[in-house]
Amino acid sequence: MDAILIQILNGLDKGSAYALIALGLTLIFGTLGVVNFAHGALFMIGAFCAVTLQKILTISVTTIDPERTDFLGNPLKVQTPYVENWFGPEIGAAIVDWAVPLAILLAIPVMILVGFAMERGLIKHFYKRPHADQILVTFGLAIVLQEIIKYFYGANPIPTPAPSTFRGSLDIGVWLGFDPFTIIYPYWRLVYFFFAGTIIAAVFAFLQFTTFGMVVRAGMADRETVGLLGIDIDRRFTLMFGLAAAVAGLAGVMYTPILSPNYHMGMDFLVLSFVVVVVGGMGSLPGAVLAGFLLGILQSFASMNEVKSLLPGIDQIIIYLVAIVILLTRPRGLMGRRGVMED
Amino acid sequence: MRRQNFSRRGLLKTGAVGGAGLALPTIFTSSASAFTNEPTGSSVTLGFNVPLTGAYADEGADELRALELAVEHLNGGGDGGMLQTFSSQALDGTGILGKKVEYVTGDDQTKSDVARATAQSMIQKDGAVMITGGSSSGTAIAVQGLCQEAGVIFMAGLTHSNDTTGKDRKANGFRHFFNAYMSAQALAPVLQGLYGTDRKAYHLTADYTWGWTQEESIAAATEAMGWQTAEKVRTPLGAGDFSSYIAPVLNSGADVLVLNHYGGDMVNSLTQAVQFGLRDRQANGKDFQIVVPLYSELMARGAGQAIKGIPGSQNWDWKLEDAGTQAFVKSFGEKYGFPPSQAAHTCYVQTLLYADAVARAGDFNPCAVVEALEGYEFDGLGNGPTLYRADDHQCFKDVVVVKGAETPQDEFHLVEIVEVTPTEQVTYPHDHPMFAGGALGECNPGA
Repeated sequence: MDAILIQILNGLDKGSAYALIALGLTLIFGTLGVVNFAHGALFMIGAFCAVTLQKILTISVTTIDPERTDFLGNPLKVQTPYVENWFGPEIGAAIVDWAVPLAILLAIPVMILVGFAMERGLIKHFYKRPHADQILVTFGLAIVLQEIIKYFYGANPIPTPAPSTFRGSLDIGVWLGFDPFTIIYPYWRLVYFFFAGTIIAAVFAFLQFTTFGMVVRAGMADRETVGLLGIDIDRRFTLMFGLAAAVAGLAGVMYTPILSPNYHMGMDFLVLSFVVVVVGGMGSLPGAVLAGFLLGILQSFASMNEVKSLLPGIDQIIIYLVAIVILLTRPRGLMGRRGVMED
Repeated sequence: MRRQNFSRRGLLKTGAVGGAGLALPTIFTSSASAFTNEPTGSSVTLGFNVPLTGAYADEGADELRALELAVEHLNGGGDGGMLQTFSSQALDGTGILGKKVEYVTGDDQTKSDVARATAQSMIQKDGAVMITGGSSSGTAIAVQGLCQEAGVIFMAGLTHSNDTTGKDRKANGFRHFFNAYMSAQALAPVLQGLYGTDRKAYHLTADYTWGWTQEESIAAATEAMGWQTAEKVRTPLGAGDFSSYIAPVLNSGADVLVLNHYGGDMVNSLTQAVQFGLRDRQANGKDFQIVVPLYSELMARGAGQAIKGIPGSQNWDWKLEDAGTQAFVKSFGEKYGFPPSQAAHTCYVQTLLYADAVARAGDFNPCAVVEALEGYEFDGLGNGPTLYRADDHQCFKDVVVVKGAETPQDEFHLVEIVEVTPTEQVTYPHDHPMFAGGALGECNPGA
């Protein structure tokens, strides 16, 4: 029982990332009809917003400490971040420590701008082109973006720790009546799960309870009729592209303490997120979220030794196996709508 | 329908001319070169095949720095580094046999197929006489096989699998780096002293040749001192998120986690194991412990706080106090601003050893180089007296047992030396079962 609970918890944070990326993918597909293979790159750019802020906050002034020596026996060069000089050692260190959550403030405008630039500069020229063209151009764009990141930040993962307050782990098992240290879960992964839940709820609330969201939903259902009512649906859809980019970016920012960012992390998540979208049902926002968590948890279960001893290698293919089974039994995915990608 | 008119005489003439034409380049090359890529001009080219992307990219970048430094020293630049302390005095800073050393580089991406392709390009297109570098045993074994077929020397970089000089050993391949068996033999007595003989170990293992032999070696060494093995779990190389592999450890009954991971994988798995509270918990009435059999400063830097107190082994450490180490650290540190890693050290040493073997043999012919290196005893290159054993082309020298520093004085002192294990303790017969199934074969000069 405890092993099952651990794997469910374990699947939640991975599932949260899949769900957030798949949500953005579905928003773009549902509104603009574009299959955006550059969406993983947006997740990666978000993660690098955290890296960038961490680098900015640790820009340091160098002083020489004549009392101490470096590894070559020369007087030691001591690096002190400017923020520690400006705000004092304690507050300065706390600001550096909280770089990842603070990066959210940087990531939101950056990602919306990147989203606008991507949509207005490139993707809008491919609205009327076949899906194959859209996939090729967005995939090419993803490669360009990751090579740009590689050029500026290098190929190696960059450690981006969570604030020290969240570096420990929580003994969830004790709450549920198990022995101590039976079910342990890191604080930051819980933070990520709740953060993802909040973002998903906010996106749904925005679409459900605002006039803007209502128009977007109407546009997703029948773009032509909404246009005939005199509403500039294209402008709203462009804004939705920016929103989807921001969701992917925020998912990336908060994921950095779980997995040190590197330039190809977007590609790693993209393929799985597409499977999530297909399993959830093309164009279905609740489907994307449901499938994200479902596949995250299933992937986690497939890594259990008991499962792997029965089916070696299953942890590597479980997501694709589930996708095959669901598409054979429910060709539109779990919550897919009739008519989407069926023309 | 067209009719073709061939006369018997015409056909013979055409065939003779065509055959001679095709054979002409072969005649020239066979008479001009006794072996593959024989250097005929004023320079000689070495191939540096390192991972600049992938799980071992940090190691690859440091290897390249060291290799460039080695070329500088061989050509008489800088302060000469370990050339000053090397027991052999055959190298005089005028290149190799008077030829200026040049080099080509490639990114093997820590993938065997890419590593073979880049090495092949270096041999065929760039005329490299020797290939070195690499941070993965998978790529090392692949490139070693290629070099054997092509007739060039392979001076392995960071490769720790027993198989490199075991079942996959080749006459044209040489390894300076230590191996998984040596790690286990050096580490086991230290683990016994730290954690006793009544322990239950859970292994997470990188799923390729190095991980397999590392797991086999450390499990055998710890079982021999009384430890039990609870579980051996294979993880894909470059998995990134190891949480689903770490979570089952909690309730496995194990009280030690052995991470048979290296590079970026080890940084991620160790960090996540600590995040999951493994080091704070108790199991079987004892404090839970984590062991990382193969260690490096680069990994310690990536893992940060998580590395504190974790034991492991290294081929070399920049804090050793012998003259060779000090000379190398000074050269490298002044050029790049930080101390070299063990990956950098082994690649630097391998390049010097190759150049020295050519100089002593007076010939670039791979078979002459093999003869010069087999059974060669040397000193002054950072590990004390060292033997390149003729039977398997493995270096035998001291092994460094280390642990993560509790209170590091700066970012370069994250690792503390626990002990230097003498050569005798890590030496094994060349036909040891963990190294069986291979043969060096004959050296291949190619051409």
